[in-house]
Amino acid sequence: MNPTNWGNTHHRNPQSSTKRDTLLSVLHSVQSPQRGKTWITDKDLSSIAREYKIPIAELDGIVSFYTLFSRAPRGRHVIRLCDSLSCRICGSLDIYRHIRKRLGISRGMTTGDGLFTLEIVNCLGACSTAPNMMIDDQLVSGVSLKEIDDLIDRLSKEGI
Amino acid sequence: MSQLKFITRYASIENPLDIEAYLAQGGFSGLREALTMSPKEVISAVKQSGLRGRGGAGFPTGVKWESVRGDTERYVVCNADEGEPGTFKDRYILEHTPYLVLEGMAIAAYAIGAQLGYIYVRGEYPHIVTALSNSIALSEKLGYLGTRILGSDFSFHVEVRKGGGSYVVGDETALLNSLMGNRGYPLLKPPFPTEKGLWGKPTVVNNVETLAYVPYIFMHGATTFASIGHPESPGLKLYSLSGHVAKPGVYEFPMGTTVGELLQAAGGTRGPLKAVQIGGTAGPIYDTSALGYALDFASMRKVGGALGSGALVFMNTSVSMVQVLDVTMRFFAEESCGQCFPCRYGTRQLAFMAHKIASGQGKLEYLDFMRDIARVMVGASLCPFGQSIALPLETILGGFGDEIVSFIKQQEFLKEVAV
Amino acid sequence: MKDVTLKINGNSITVPSGTSIYMAAEKAGISIPSLCRHEDLEPKGACGMCIVQIQGQPGFKRSCVTPVEEGMEVFTTTAAIRDIRRGILELVLATHPADCLQCIKHGKCELQTLAERFEIRALRYDRYTRDLPVDASSFGIVRDMNKCIGCGRCVQVCNEVQTVASIFFHGRGSNTIVSPAYGSSMGQSVCVNCGQCVVYCPVGALYEREAIEEVWKAIDDPQKIVVAQIAPSVRVAIGEEFGLAPGELTIGKLYSALRALGIDVVFDTNFSADLTIMEEATEFLQRLKGAGPFPLITSCSPGWIKFGETFFPDLLENVSSCKSPQQMMGALIKTYYVESRGIDRESIVSLSIMPCTAKKYEASRPEMNSSGSRDVDYVLTTREIARMIRQVGIDFANLPEGDPDPLLSRYTGAATIFGASGGVMEAALRTAYEMATGKTLEKVDFTEVRGMAGVKEAEIDVGGTPIKVAVTNGLGNARKLLERVEADKKAGHSSYHFIEIMACAGGCVGGGGQPIPNTLARRASRIEGLYREDRGLPFRKSHLNPEIKGLYAEYLGTPGSERAHALLHTHYTKREQYMVVPT
Repeated sequence: MNPTNWGNTHHRNPQSSTKRDTLLSVLHSVQSPQRGKTWITDKDLSSIAREYKIPIAELDGIVSFYTLFSRAPRGRHVIRLCDSLSCRICGSLDIYRHIRKRLGISRGMTTGDGLFTLEIVNCLGACSTAPNMMIDDQLVSGVSLKEIDDLIDRLSKEGI
Repeated sequence: MSQLKFITRYASIENPLDIEAYLAQGGFSGLREALTMSPKEVISAVKQSGLRGRGGAGFPTGVKWESVRGDTERYVVCNADEGEPGTFKDRYILEHTPYLVLEGMAIAAYAIGAQLGYIYVRGEYPHIVTALSNSIALSEKLGYLGTRILGSDFSFHVEVRKGGGSYVVGDETALLNSLMGNRGYPLLKPPFPTEKGLWGKPTVVNNVETLAYVPYIFMHGATTFASIGHPESPGLKLYSLSGHVAKPGVYEFPMGTTVGELLQAAGGTRGPLKAVQIGGTAGPIYDTSALGYALDFASMRKVGGALGSGALVFMNTSVSMVQVLDVTMRFFAEESCGQCFPCRYGTRQLAFMAHKIASGQGKLEYLDFMRDIARVMVGASLCPFGQSIALPLETILGGFGDEIVSFIKQQEFLKEVAV
Repeated sequence: MKDVTLKINGNSITVPSGTSIYMAAEKAGISIPSLCRHEDLEPKGACGMCIVQIQGQPGFKRSCVTPVEEGMEVFTTTAAIRDIRRGILELVLATHPADCLQCIKHGKCELQTLAERFEIRALRYDRYTRDLPVDASSFGIVRDMNKCIGCGRCVQVCNEVQTVASIFFHGRGSNTIVSPAYGSSMGQSVCVNCGQCVVYCPVGALYEREAIEEVWKAIDDPQKIVVAQIAPSVRVAIGEEFGLAPGELTIGKLYSALRALGIDVVFDTNFSADLTIMEEATEFLQRLKGAGPFPLITSCSPGWIKFGETFFPDLLENVSSCKSPQQMMGALIKTYYVESRGIDRESIVSLSIMPCTAKKYEASRPEMNSSGSRDVDYVLTTREIARMIRQVGIDFANLPEGDPDPLLSRYTGAATIFGASGGVMEAALRTAYEMATGKTLEKVDFTEVRGMAGVKEAEIDVGGTPIKVAVTNGLGNARKLLERVEADKKAGHSSYHFIEIMACAGGCVGGGGQPIPNTLARRASRIEGLYREDRGLPFRKSHLNPEIKGLYAEYLGTPGSERAHALLHTHYTKREQYMVVPT
């Protein structure tokens, strides 16, 4: 009577002969910042569903559970700003307001030129250098507003 | 060789990937020693050491290993999904002393009879995923991992897996669920992972820091470990200090060090101390009276709190407790997995009310409502996540109730309620 | 396994080991409240309403997933438990739209029932709702996710029971929503319209796509002749909507009720069930003579058909080309019937009354127009026709027995058992036997293929040839069977000659349009009602139906004739299962 997992791909279901422990890694690889593609398209979903034999609704359900994946298009660079307690009391909102003004977008939005998406996230595990954010795979720690401006300038120059 | 600094000592090795440097400092000698014992003896030693899970739950590690039973296909999983706000010790360990973790995993695998191990690293630490793969390869090359370790009959392979970004996946059953490629829903216990874990097989899930301390037991002895700190919660601990403190960072001290002692080691607060949150966002928040609290599992339990991950976030008098309430409730609402009703709906209502208070639209009755919801969540949540909301909520409302009540009464609002 | 004795609320009770506390309490006459649990489904522990307290254990335990232990002392309702249950209900109600009066589930909603039971008179919390558009893109099913409480029954049924997997949980926390893949709607998804999600939904978040207003319009239109057909499963279930027992045969009352509603002509789908047997038995014997392809798979369940087209496209060549009885009848109404009466086809509104939501989808399939226009214009589920009967104020239970109209309404016992899993198989065997051997079949009952079991197998001697048959109900069971068939096919052989597949557990009696509660227990009772009727009918083999004989003699010629193929047979379309939006 032990409650089993949701979905028809529980380990004891013969359909799930492929071990799915590599699924999250594959989803990450499809969203590769190096190739400038920061979200998971319908086509990606279909081919991964086919490969892992996971129903497409369930696969999308898995993707949508996790913060780092997106099914909607995102900018070339994803800015993830931490707003958990240590970062908040060390000035995360100052950074948020600054970026909001500089880029003209608020949380969840993408700049018109498709360069930046701004997301607010929870603790990035670097609290001793708060306030923290990540830009793509890089942790950007305890930086001043000027340094953030410089970073945005540099990335903007690189373009899409 | 000071036995009161262990992890931090290895962390001072300049190149964390340099396995020779690790070996030169006695690295993998714990594993070597463990392999001279029987698995039963290894478990016995860990039990004797009194090592308790360092992820936050504090469950006795030796007891967990001992409870593995059933199928012969077994797994060791390292929980590197560090997500508790204020906690960064696992990042520290994985960045600076990955071999300690691998050694600990190998000893665990030997003890429980596992052939394969996984390190589940949160997706926000991608560089660690790469570095760990390298450390594993180097370890295998020298025979400390892989087939026939150190010439014995024991084989153990480790693979690294990347998480997708979810706090609740730090719960061991949710982690296994996520590792299997599902939504990160925690599962009801029993059955426990040690009986039915990964793909239904017996699995031990241990935190990074727990595994990093395992080699200590076999290098310096179980009794040595057990003699440090509190008898019911012995050994060394990595404390993560952040917030309004002069020297934030990771500090390794014996279990039972007080808040005040740690604060002193970190150079004191920046600005007058108002409050400290212990153990992460799911932990209690105290005023300055907590300076004398001993930071170990048993002592914190005694004062009605919890050690949790050993994170300490210091707040000076510039911090409004209404802000802390808002940020904390929002965290729970954003990270609830949504599987069970009490937590899915309760966290949302709590976040609403906290936000309303912070926006100057609070009502005094919200405080009673919030307590009621917390009671529902403690009683009927499916997993410890939902139950854990009570500690921060009750301690904020209990210890700083006056501040919040007067805030509401004066219909104040926080300037910074932007998000 | 030993029995366990425990105390519940102070009273001793003994139950088999492994029983959950919830079931033990039920046995003791105590009904523990729950929103997510269902007797037919696996408990998941989502809602938390079923918590109990156990002596010596701290906190509260979910009774639905906690097994009993010897000597346990359980308290199912204490002040603390009541307080938490009310708390959970309040939290759920705060997210639920406050429009009970307009909701299709008003009066039958499990949330309503519990809110009333716990006397939630006022909501303390601020309400918040999702403001999502209602998804009415599917022909059979409507999704209103504003009302979804997240119990997960539909996810479990669709993924684990039916293994269709068109919907799943999306998002996290209180943003969790049940839906097809992002960017796709129900109508675009692999949903087969079986409606099992609908019959298990505790609230009004999932319901049938209604055709009631259109049918009223047709009935009220003096230019239109509304011709209705009634499926076998309806006659043993509709009584439940009016206080009668499941399985009670009420076909006579139903004929009267339809006339009282203003329907002009009343036929019976059981007639075309007999017809389906004529065509399908002929098809089967042709395959026997010609060596395949085997197995022949039945085709009257549109939920199964879409499932087969999506997940087993390689087996489509095995599926019978016969249309379902509904569609055969629809085609005949707009050809044979209108021609024989000299009626203008354009004035006909072809209506069917079905236990099934997938029939709404089937009727809309592009190829279902062999009559020159839609063979079936509207499909009403059992629940919908019951609503119409109630709207008019008819006292169904006390109606006199009525009769259908001649030509397309007489039926045999073989037809009426179509509603039960194994019924099509049994009916086909009765006729195939006599067709193949020319002898009279004495033992008419093939009990081996009857019942609620997921897969039933039998070997039947038909004139010296052992015919291997399999019957499956519920798409999850069908999948398992078909995976074996596919494997056999790859290896170049077949384990079966003939397979019957019904999408719903128990067969059509458990369809997505049947009265709710649509539990497995009720389905079993309805099945018994059908076999009872079968036993009492003068003819129990399809080919003995005099109206069937007349139809062939006057119109179709022989089974499998050119005209029969044009009107009564169909083809299938391969479908994609891994596309977000199929092209």
